[in-house]
Amino acid sequence: METVLPYANLFLLGTLMTIRLALGALALGLVLGLLGATAKLSQDPLARALAEIYTRIVRGIPELLVVLLIYFGSAVALTRLAELLGFDRYVELSPYVAGVLALGLMFGAYATEVFRGAILAVPKGQIEAARAYGMGPWLTFRRITLPQVWRLALPGLGNLFLVLMKDTALVSVIGLGEIMWVSKIGAENTKNAIAFYFVASLIYLALTVVTMRGQFHLEAWANRGLPRDTR
Amino acid sequence: MNPATVLLLARLGRAALYALTALIVLGICYGLWILDYGVIFQYFGRLLVGAVLTIELVAISVLIGFCIALPTALMRVSTNPWLRYPAYAYIFYFRGTPLLVQIFFIYHGLGQLDLIRDGILWPIFKEAYWCVLIAFTLNTAAYSAEILRGAIQAVPRGEIEAARAIGMSKALAYRRIILPRALRIGLPAYGNEIVLMLKGSALASTITLLDLTGMARTIIARTYTPVEIFLAAGLIYIVINYAFAYGWTRIERRVNRYLAPPA
Repeated sequence: METVLPYANLFLLGTLMTIRLALGALALGLVLGLLGATAKLSQDPLARALAEIYTRIVRGIPELLVVLLIYFGSAVALTRLAELLGFDRYVELSPYVAGVLALGLMFGAYATEVFRGAILAVPKGQIEAARAYGMGPWLTFRRITLPQVWRLALPGLGNLFLVLMKDTALVSVIGLGEIMWVSKIGAENTKNAIAFYFVASLIYLALTVVTMRGQFHLEAWANRGLPRDTR
Repeated sequence: MNPATVLLLARLGRAALYALTALIVLGICYGLWILDYGVIFQYFGRLLVGAVLTIELVAISVLIGFCIALPTALMRVSTNPWLRYPAYAYIFYFRGTPLLVQIFFIYHGLGQLDLIRDGILWPIFKEAYWCVLIAFTLNTAAYSAEILRGAIQAVPRGEIEAARAIGMSKALAYRRIILPRALRIGLPAYGNEIVLMLKGSALASTITLLDLTGMARTIIARTYTPVEIFLAAGLIYIVINYAFAYGWTRIERRVNRYLAPPA
């Protein structure tokens, strides 16, 4: 334990970075997921096809490969773009931005299915009732569908967030200073890999437990208007 | 909002969607135009060699993982706390921490212990191959055990009661009724887990193994063509994943055919 203690502040910074990364990817992924779900349910064949291609590709490729492809691929693409625009220099994304993009893209692909299911689970009668009251499609979506989608999608999104949190460890491969990266540095410096990776796993477990508690309370809060399950 | 505004917004949204699509398609076409296909053709064989290792790692760890998962799931549903809690702790630890941490812990961590270094198991723990295999196996076993637990608990109560009522012992009921039913119920979720394992196996490359991702990374270190090689590797992963998913659905349909509506 005494080998790890001097690294406590680094671990704290690493944990904060992991949380920032997870929340950034969550924000991007939720937007992509809602867009993807609306696209998949729209009458426009082009929108449906785009969403289908997006989810199929992202869900078939390893998470690590997506992270590497976005980080190294974007550097090549951006440098080429800069050349086209007449700047002669190397351009790349920071590991944080590349990590948020990669993890957000993956979260979004899975969230698309969760949101799609949630939107479909809103009873049809409620939509018809809203339309009968004279609400337009947009107002119906905003007042009737969306508030319930939030409640119905919460269990699925919580599980996806747990997966996302563990996937943040992959971004250490491109050098972002999060928990895994800190443990690697510590393990190499002190030659005590067991202690560092054990502490890292405990931090991830703690984050998992906190997320699960948060999910439980959010679900209880979102379902407060429903009769309690008294089985 | 009045209907006219809604209509206008819908039209604007559609126009934006088409413009965006056109832009993306143009960008992709330009990208595909400037890609270096020579390098893909030159190294495609090496990538396939890597893909074989990927499939080998996943196949072995999933097979052994299942053999660990079954007893673990049975322990997990047991009423005996001495059986239930160890299984619960094992599943909780391996599902709650990243696979990358588990790999590094086993490969870099256990190797530093004198107990391991001087023990008879050292020839195993010093090889990246065996460490990855152990990590993958323990990881997928934990996820599979949880899937099996859910499946066992999803077996309709009446079927279990019926088995007991005609005099089957608990063990016999498990063997003849509960487990065969649970395996069929858990099959779709188990297929998903294997796909996740296939994707997770890319982490073998982080401790120098030349699986599909590892092979891609070594090639890129030599040629510096990340877009070409990573895209080619991604394509191979997609083919493997969807081929597997297709085959798995066929199996699902076959073993659950007694539930299908009569033709």
